[in-house]
Amino acid sequence: MMLERNPRGRWVWTDANGTRHEQVVVVRAFPVTAPGQGVGIMDAEGHELAWFDRLDQVAQPLQDLLREAVSEREFLPEIQRLKSVSSLVTPSVWTVQTDRGEARFMLKGEEDIRRLTGKTLIVSDIDGVQYLIRDPLVLDRHSRKLLDRFM
Amino acid sequence: MTGCFRLSFMTPTTTTAQRNVIPQAWRPQVQSALQSHENALALLEVDLDASLRFAKSAVILTDRRLLACDEVANNCHSWGLEPNDRLSLADHGGVCRLEFFRQDQRLAVWRFTLGLQPAALRLLSQFEQRLARESDGQPLQSLLAGTTCPVCQAPLEEGADECSRCGREDLTPPSTWTLLKLWRFGRPYRNQLLLGFALTLASTAATLVPPYMTMPLMDEVLIPYQSGKPIDPSLVALYLGGLLGAALLAWALGWAKTYILALVSERIGADLRTTTYRHLLNLSLEYFGGRRTGDLIARIGNETDRINVFLSLHLLDFATDVLMIVMTAVILFSINPTLAVITLLPLPFIGWLIHLVRDRLRTGFEKIDRVWAEVTNVLADTIPGIRVVKAFAQEDRESQRFADANRHNLNVNDRLNRVWSLFAPTVALMTEIGLLVVWGFGIWLVAHDSITVGVLTAFLAYIGRFYTRLDSMSRIVSHTQKAASGAKRIFDILDHVSSVPEPAQPVALPERVTGRITVREAGFRYGNRAVIRNLDLQIAPGEMIGLVGHSGSGKSTLVNLICRFYDVSEGVIELDGVDIRQLRIADFRRQIGLVLQEPFLFFGTIADNIAYGKPDATRDEIIAAARAAHAHEFILRMPQGYDSLVGERGQGLSGGERQRISIARALLINPRILILDEATSAVDTETEKEIQKALDNLVRGRTTIAIAHRLSTLRKADRLVVMDKGVVVEEGNHDQLMALEGAYWRLYQAQQRQAESEGAVLGGAAQEVVA
Repeated sequence: MMLERNPRGRWVWTDANGTRHEQVVVVRAFPVTAPGQGVGIMDAEGHELAWFDRLDQVAQPLQDLLREAVSEREFLPEIQRLKSVSSLVTPSVWTVQTDRGEARFMLKGEEDIRRLTGKTLIVSDIDGVQYLIRDPLVLDRHSRKLLDRFM
Repeated sequence: MTGCFRLSFMTPTTTTAQRNVIPQAWRPQVQSALQSHENALALLEVDLDASLRFAKSAVILTDRRLLACDEVANNCHSWGLEPNDRLSLADHGGVCRLEFFRQDQRLAVWRFTLGLQPAALRLLSQFEQRLARESDGQPLQSLLAGTTCPVCQAPLEEGADECSRCGREDLTPPSTWTLLKLWRFGRPYRNQLLLGFALTLASTAATLVPPYMTMPLMDEVLIPYQSGKPIDPSLVALYLGGLLGAALLAWALGWAKTYILALVSERIGADLRTTTYRHLLNLSLEYFGGRRTGDLIARIGNETDRINVFLSLHLLDFATDVLMIVMTAVILFSINPTLAVITLLPLPFIGWLIHLVRDRLRTGFEKIDRVWAEVTNVLADTIPGIRVVKAFAQEDRESQRFADANRHNLNVNDRLNRVWSLFAPTVALMTEIGLLVVWGFGIWLVAHDSITVGVLTAFLAYIGRFYTRLDSMSRIVSHTQKAASGAKRIFDILDHVSSVPEPAQPVALPERVTGRITVREAGFRYGNRAVIRNLDLQIAPGEMIGLVGHSGSGKSTLVNLICRFYDVSEGVIELDGVDIRQLRIADFRRQIGLVLQEPFLFFGTIADNIAYGKPDATRDEIIAAARAAHAHEFILRMPQGYDSLVGERGQGLSGGERQRISIARALLINPRILILDEATSAVDTETEKEIQKALDNLVRGRTTIAIAHRLSTLRKADRLVVMDKGVVVEEGNHDQLMALEGAYWRLYQAQQRQAESEGAVLGGAAQEVVA
């Protein structure tokens, strides 16, 4: 069982029987709520080829390769701080500090801030790029105050 | 390795092109990276790095190289372009990926957020044009002459970076100036508005008379009486009469002003609504596709109403208040300037305080609106899904969810009420303090004989009035903002130009349309995706065409293009040799009968629904159409026959019955062209046979385009057109296509297999579980 990258930059999965599957993708089942659990390998048609219950129990070097393949696809910046908003009424341009660096995006309407489960919020910008706020209560005072105006 | 790409074609125009291509920020770096005589064709600023962190770098396409420049490290990596090089663009979960391939080797990959996709497409199309140029030797100059929109490929105006054709809705925050646009609707009523303003002025003046009368009443009647002089009844009668007269006058004028202005504002509101609705109906399907129904309903309903209330109530009140304060100030100054200054001094301060509190209240109220939406969302979620809730016995959990939302609502309300309950008493207190100041200073002035008691009384009467108005005046800010955002949302619709425009000089259709349809090199893009590519199709008059293909192959889009719900991005569609874009839309659509998968019945009688496309149809015509559509019999079986109410809130009809009514509807207008979009997919095989009989009557003698998922329903078609990924891949009748053993054959085989396996499942009596 091995995952490797071909010269075209695509992932190739060789399963226990030695069959090679080109152009596979590695996906997480719960990217937000349980990133360490439930990782699957899917073929180009979207059929499941392999499943790992827990990422940290996968042997090396496969574990690192899985992580690499997953991180290539997943993009859900977590907002850590709201630096500024261009206006308190939407549409409004937000400048935020995320775990992936500073970003600016436009929020089209208040309805684009959605509650996922529990306290977690998902903010979708005008282009459909999504940002995560894991817990609004742990943001600093300034960010909370700004966020509050939109919630 | 950089090839011999026709540098000789580099004329001065390319430098202008280059200036358009490179953003200001990257210019110095690009200049230093380029070789002499090298021209940049496109630049893409990517905003993510390899580990998907936000970081800026640039991908530059020149006439001979592809460069990747780093903003921080200030270095560029470059690849000389070779004939087999390819760029590919894909996106997933908000991240786009641009890959650079040589043969089977991936040389580089860049990632960026979805917002940059148009820019990437621009780069990609420049890259492809460069390839094409290389193969067929077309001069570079013509390619660079105009930039095209990456979305709809329309040429962009000089210097414009957004396409006016597919441009997004205006995204600037609403500004109060938007309200001025409303003047367009106020203009027809300018005389009434002027009259209303004059009446406002007069009625405000009239309300200011009574306090003025208290002055002589005090000084000439009451004070002299206290010092021993008898009361002069005629003088009292005069002043009291004056008071009554002023009150009556103010009443009459106030009534006239309110009535006239309310009348006008209602008319403005009604005009606004009808104009917006009419405009909305004329917009293309593309517009409706991108919006939620509830949002559009709210815009036309609530927003116009909000503007209306703003105009007739808030704006009027505000104008009256301003007039009153100005007039009062003038009167006060004319009576006694010193006391006037003292009286008016606290005014701005109190106004500011009120505004401050109001501001907090406003955000609080907005918050309540949102929380309230949350509460209703729970309801909207649960009630339609009540079967699932009950089936899984989750009533408690749902009621808990509702209780939680309600508690949230309570918390927000409690917080707001703390401020809110303080508000009214605070305004009262400030008014009292203001009065206190005037009292104190007034008594001091009276004691020094600077003013009479009457003047002081008049002053007190005046300011008591306008301090209370300060509160309502302070609300104007939030009312204006709300009305402005409403106006913006309305004008978003009104300013939207239909992407299916009426021709300026329409060509008249001949008396007798034959129904020949010609599609030539048609292309259509939906957003950034090419749905139809370079499609040619000839349909003879009276011919029946069956459109076949996987879902997503562009069948429905082609039909939408033929109906002119959208316009082609490239190529033409002709009816009897005339480009359909040159025909008046209503003229053209009158030639088309449309039967959809989900027939839509409007609320009304069956007869109304059948006669929808021809409201003046006689009863005989309606019955004839219903007979031909095999609908006559079941209609007669209904309690009120053709007068039975159907549609939403109306009597329930089965899918097959609804479909036959919609077939009768299409038959009645006797169209030359008939479009059947999956007309029989939503019903069972038995009903399908019924509908098929009705359809056979409908198809006879008309140019017909039928889309069907079940290939068996297309047996009657003269010709089958197989589509895949937006192009026609095969054409011919069933037997020919089967003999080809191509795409059609595969589709047919797959359906046969499915039919067999379905038969097996049904034989095993599998019961589907409701979930």
